[in-house]
Amino acid sequence: MNLIRPYGDTTGDGMVQLSFTLPIEHSKVAEGAAVQLANKMGMDPALVVHAKPMGEGFTFFVVYGRVNHLVDPSTVEVVERDYPLLTPKEANAAIKRSMRRRLVVVGGCIGTDAHTVGIDAILNIKGFAGEKGLEYYRELKVVNLGAQVSVPQLVEAAREEKADAVLVSQVVTQRDAHLLNTREMSAAFREAYPPAKRPLLVVGGPRFDETMAGELGVDRVFTRGTTPGEVASFIVHRLTSTPTTKEAS
Amino acid sequence: MAKRTSQLGIDTADVRRARTLARQVGKPIVDLATQHTTVSVERATLRLAGLGGADPDGTPWVNRLADAVRADVGLEHGVSLPVWDALLRGEADDLLTLAQKAAAGSVTFRIPEGRDATRATSASRKAVGAGIKQIDRQRASREKMIAKIGDAPSKPWIYLIVATGDIMEDIPQAQAAAREGADVIAVIRSTGQSLLDFVPEGATREGFAGTYATQENFRLMRAALDETSRELGRYVRLTNYASGLCMPEIAALAGLERLDMMLNDSMYGILFRDINPIRTFVDQRFSRQVHARAGIIINTGEDNYLTTADAIEAAHTVTTSQLLNEYFAKEAGLEDWQLGLGHAFEIDPEVPDSFRLELAHAMLARELFPDAPLKWMPPTRHMTGDIFKGYLLDGFFNLVGALTGQGILLVGMMTEAVVTPWISDRDLALQNVRYVMNAAGKLHEDFRPAPDGFIANRAREVLGEAVALLEEIKDDRTVKGQPPLLSAIADGTFGLMKRPPHKGRGLDGVARKASDYYNPATEILEAK
Repeated sequence: MNLIRPYGDTTGDGMVQLSFTLPIEHSKVAEGAAVQLANKMGMDPALVVHAKPMGEGFTFFVVYGRVNHLVDPSTVEVVERDYPLLTPKEANAAIKRSMRRRLVVVGGCIGTDAHTVGIDAILNIKGFAGEKGLEYYRELKVVNLGAQVSVPQLVEAAREEKADAVLVSQVVTQRDAHLLNTREMSAAFREAYPPAKRPLLVVGGPRFDETMAGELGVDRVFTRGTTPGEVASFIVHRLTSTPTTKEAS
Repeated sequence: MAKRTSQLGIDTADVRRARTLARQVGKPIVDLATQHTTVSVERATLRLAGLGGADPDGTPWVNRLADAVRADVGLEHGVSLPVWDALLRGEADDLLTLAQKAAAGSVTFRIPEGRDATRATSASRKAVGAGIKQIDRQRASREKMIAKIGDAPSKPWIYLIVATGDIMEDIPQAQAAAREGADVIAVIRSTGQSLLDFVPEGATREGFAGTYATQENFRLMRAALDETSRELGRYVRLTNYASGLCMPEIAALAGLERLDMMLNDSMYGILFRDINPIRTFVDQRFSRQVHARAGIIINTGEDNYLTTADAIEAAHTVTTSQLLNEYFAKEAGLEDWQLGLGHAFEIDPEVPDSFRLELAHAMLARELFPDAPLKWMPPTRHMTGDIFKGYLLDGFFNLVGALTGQGILLVGMMTEAVVTPWISDRDLALQNVRYVMNAAGKLHEDFRPAPDGFIANRAREVLGEAVALLEEIKDDRTVKGQPPLLSAIADGTFGLMKRPPHKGRGLDGVARKASDYYNPATEILEAK
């Protein structure tokens, strides 16, 4: 057993720092309220080292204090991503190494969905959440079909471009349109391709459930907040055989 | 004006050479732009004539009307003559009714000839002229307000962002930011609006990581900031984004609703949004003509290059783009004080001498564009979530800003890439700016880089590379008869992206002008 507690400057001192804002004018009462919050969070004693009015009716605090909690790393449970997160450089290198050609990604929004915000966030070089989109990856050839692509058009484009992966975004969810469209899409690909040749199918959108991939007949479902790097890493992981260097962080 | 001598040892002949090259590269693009029109240019013209609102499905009436005209007579003549001809023929009493009837298919448009054409020309000119007069009035009322209640107290102007997605939530946040010291408020747009081929309508309360740019949202925010400006005794400027498929329309709405600054880059849409190059250049020119008239300061998007390419290797692409943006802007009628040319502090802090390199790049921009405000963008790429280190980095960013007299300083947040800024993040960021400006705001009076030192050499090196790149672009003859800049963009010269002129979004909304093309807005805007 290896129990630990926070370390300030002496083993076992349990010291932590915390900053927060309370919606209250700065006063002695405000500082007392900050101590009370810190106490309730388990900091005892808690020392308000800084309090500053911030805008009208707000005060910002920095609090130092001791916590008595112990943590046991042996009981920590983590859900690991089942693929390593790669930088664009690593993803490019992995593709180069194992495929010796560019990996082709075809993407679009199917059905009547005109919301390309999701697919564009993933594919456009502009990207999302500070990460560049898939167009930025030198070893990825990205074909973005845009909005309102029919399933036959998508299959056709995938064949024409010899797609290794197909990305579909669905934002509109009225009457479960996203689920129906996705099932129609995966069925069409199963029909059009022999199992070993079928491109990797990936769908994404804010209302999908990540556990539904099997039920929808796709290889992966991504949901709200997914970044281009995650999608690229997944595709590279599934389509390149070479083990990649960087571990999931 | 005092005679300026270069602190960086830059030869004025080199600067002239750079500008000459930018003109040689830019001119064929301007020619191309004048030979084409786009659906958005035509819709902007209808908006200037007062057509607003949307059908029950949310499709703006300007789209419905322009589409109907296009279906009947094509886009190449412009929509103005067919539209005002239909009004003169008594198809409808006003534009809105005409749009409604056109959408229902009960109007047939034609290209008027002879006296009908003359009458349609003068009627359209009168209607569009009213919109441009409104833009003039808004410009005058901005000037009046500044004279009466006061301007931002000092330079650089402090630029803060709000982005909740809900205009009603944005308003109190913007007012709070202004009270905390912001001189400029930018309302970030919803992700992907730049790819919509229409401008959404009305006050909007949900967006993706930003708020839709609509005429009503513009109006509401400007009115709120007018109130705050009076309360604070200084005019608080409002910024939004023109770039995208609807540049001309958003520019028109910005002028009508008295926005003060607009993001408007000549190539951003092409490179980062895969918008067709011709569409972009045509739209860009028209939108900048409108900004020029409206007294709006444009902000260009060079910082984006550095978020994709390495900030040292690609430093000269920033300079090249600034020179091109300057040429296109001036050609469209913008003046030096309206050119918020962009650049950014994005060098990896682990690189030795990174601060000296940043300073060299920023000083180069300052020397090349002495009368432009320049927009200085904070670090984003190397903000890792270590907020303590990020706070220091932002301090150094502010120091470069102080040393190089930047006109517009986007305030860096230590929580960049962590959360949308909290109230405390904003306050701490402003304390950072104030401390640096207070402590070192006049350091530029004492600071001279050593004549052949690291900074001066680096600045000259970057300018040399920019000139070489412009020369390379000018000599690009990949496709005969095609403007070299289009070929260069197709080759992937900028930001690593290859964008051929016959591809990209919005190409189907471009038309080559026929000999009888007429656009009253262009005529009025170019007359001055």
